[in-house]
Parts: sequence; C-alpha cells; structure tokens
Amino acid sequence: MSGGWNASSRTSAITGKTMPVNAVENDPDKTQRFRDAALPYLDDVYTLARYLLRDATDADDAVQECYLRALRHFDSYRGPAMKPWLFSILRNVCHAEFARRASAPTAAAEDVPDDSSDAAPLWHEAQESPETQLLRRRDATVIRRLIDALAEPFRETIVLREIQNMSYREIAEIVDAPVGTVMSRLARARAMLREAWMAEEEQPK
Amino acid sequence: MTCDEAEILLHALLDGELDAGHAREVEEHIAGCPRCAALLSAYRNMSKAMADDELRFKAPLHLRQRIEAALPQTRAPNRRAVLKGFAMGSAVSALAATGLVAIVLRREDEQRILSDVVSAHLRSLQAGHLTDVLSTDQHTVKPWFNGRLDVAPPVVDLTAQGFTLIGGRLDTIDGRAIGAIVYRRRTHVINLFVAQTANAEPRTAKIETMQGFNIRRWSERGLNYWAVSDLGADELADFGSKFESAMRAG
Repeated sequence: MSGGWNASSRTSAITGKTMPVNAVENDPDKTQRFRDAALPYLDDVYTLARYLLRDATDADDAVQECYLRALRHFDSYRGPAMKPWLFSILRNVCHAEFARRASAPTAAAEDVPDDSSDAAPLWHEAQESPETQLLRRRDATVIRRLIDALAEPFRETIVLREIQNMSYREIAEIVDAPVGTVMSRLARARAMLREAWMAEEEQPK
Repeated sequence: MTCDEAEILLHALLDGELDAGHAREVEEHIAGCPRCAALLSAYRNMSKAMADDELRFKAPLHLRQRIEAALPQTRAPNRRAVLKGFAMGSAVSALAATGLVAIVLRREDEQRILSDVVSAHLRSLQAGHLTDVLSTDQHTVKPWFNGRLDVAPPVVDLTAQGFTLIGGRLDTIDGRAIGAIVYRRRTHVINLFVAQTANAEPRTAKIETMQGFNIRRWSERGLNYWAVSDLGADELADFGSKFESAMRAG
C-alpha cells in the first residue's frame, strides 16, 4: 500500500499544485487561533488517517495536508465542533488519494460498491454461527487487522463511531450522507466485523 | 417489532441514539427474543473492545514537527511595539503607563515560562527521556527527588482517578532545576512541573493553550504547578482538580 504517494505525486494528486501557505495566509492571530483550536486533535486526525489509508507514511502526508487545508479554510469555519470538521477535511484529502490509487492499475480492489441503500440485509450471514457464542477478547493487533479488512465505507463508519466516538449525526455530516445510510453502514460493518471476529476464533493463530 | 427492524435499531440502542419510546420498544423485543439479545450482547462486547486505547494511534513527533513547521509562524507579542505606543500616546499619564508596562512585562514573563514548559514537555516525549525514576509507586517517586531539588514536589497517586503515575524526572524551566511528575491517561502523557515560588498566595487554576498543548497552571502553598499535555482541556482540568483535592485530602 505504501510507496505510491511520494512527495512529488502527492502535491499534484491532492492540491493540484503546490501552494505556498505563506502566500495565502499571513495573519499571526488567526494562525495562533487555528493552532490552539486544531492541534489538540492531532492524534484523533492521525488515528482516522491510519484507518482510512492503512499506511503510516500516507497517513503522515494526509494529516499534514489536512491541517494546511483546514488553515486555509479556517475563515469560513463556523463550527459546530472542530473535530468533525477536521475529519471531513481529512476524508476529502484521503479520497483524493483513493482516486489517485484507483487510477493506478493495481488499486481496483480497493473500491467495493456501497450498496448500503439496498434493503437486503447481508448481515444475515452471521446467523450461520451459533448466536450464543461469546466473542472472546481479542488483542488490539487482531482487532486492528479485522477493521482494516473491512471495505472502505464500513471501515470509515465503524472507526468514526467506535474509535472516534462520533454521533450518528456527526458521522452523517463528515461522510456527507443521510443518517439512515450511516445506520445501515454501521449495522453491516458490525455484522461483518463480528463474523470475522468469530472466524478468527475458530482458527487461532 | 420484527427481528429485521430490531436488528437495525439495536445498534441505535447500543449507541445511545434512540429516543425513550423507541428504546423501550427495542428493549421489549430483545427481552422476548434470545437471538436479538445475543446479537446485542455480541455487539456490545465488540464496542467495548474497540474503545481500547490500543486501537488509537498517536501522531508521531516528526509529524507534529512537520505540521508546526508548515504552519506560518506566529509572531510573539512585541514588547517594544507596546512601549512605542505609550511614548506616542501623550494622553496616557506616566503612572498609568508604568502600571501597564509592568502588567505587559509580567505577562510576557509568564508566556516565556509557559513556552519553556511546553518545550520541556516536548523534549520529554522526544528524547525517550520521559522519566528518571520509573515507578507507579508514589513512595518510590517522592523520595527520589530528595536531595536533588530544593523542594520535594508532592507526588500523589491518581491511578484510581484514571491518571496513572509513571514516574518522575528532573527538568529545567527558566534556567532552574525543577521536578516533573509524569502521569499517563490512556495514551496521553501529562507532565506536572512543580516549582517553588516566593509568592505564597494561592492562585486559582487557569487553562492556557500553547502550540497545541493544554497547560493548566495553579499555585498552592508556595508551589507553582504547570500540568502540560495534549489531553483535551476538560480532561486536563479534571486532572488538576483531582490532584488538588488529593493534596487537600493528604
């Protein structure tokens, strides 16, 4: 997954061109307000980037780009909360990266069509396993791997909900989708994760 | 309610997103449906497992520095400009000007110390030199400071309150050796710097932000305290007040 996003292609893939921040932005008060408001969420933004991109180097680049973009748009920021706002910017940055990966010949497997509006509940598959089976505690590495294996819309939704503790409404705003879509993606994400979780237990490594 | 409906709504129940009326309906269904009850409990366990801090990532220091460097520099408040302002404003009486200058200067002093405190915090994370004495036992950390500093900083164990004591360290703030007590909250490090002050007057806590870190400063019984962390202001305030009440209790 790594390596595709080197410095030269990054500038062109994400911003279209390199934009010197100082040329756009030269208000020290504003920059200070921005730092105070946005930098405390660096770990949160970075965590989301790691789950969205599944690569540490790509996450570094995306987070940096997210902060620079956020500063450029800080004037138009009206709230309500800084964290979801940063998340939605990060998500746009990451999507530019997905688009770039998708145009690369090897990246097709990344995009699973999101048929979440489809009423057919695919998560019924989980019924095949005995429902009374308890989920054993898994360590963080295993859980991370299981989350990483989910297709993008589901991974994104469950990470925003479970790890970032966003409300349905906040998630809906971040991913720019109706709350109903968020609910159905979350239901599928959890069903798929549970299945993978139980499969993991059947063949312990 | 059918199982199909319940299967969607139990997520909203789990996430606390249902209004009371719907919550009751889902709960009633679950009470009579072992299958949906098992699903809810499985999802609840998963949800708990995913709340684990180990699943969160900490932004690497080099990334923080890269972003700091990419953001335009903020200008520090310029003392000379303020003084020039006074010189030009002839209407300002000399006395008032002196008072104001004193305030400006004191504030600048405090800003400098705050920025020292933040630098010390950053250094402690950077150099792999977070603690000189590594112990979760306050009775090990406290005596360690004896003889190393003029004043032994109070070391209180706040593990039960959710802040784990991880050790102590000698640091330098404003050119003076000073004690740092190190706590951890989930993945976040809190450095609590303690220094003696000539001013015995207690000062109530104030939260400030600098370079993206929150700093809670307060004074009590002749000691100045600065708690620095990338924790949110709420949690840092919580830390400070738990520390203060533990001090009063001890």
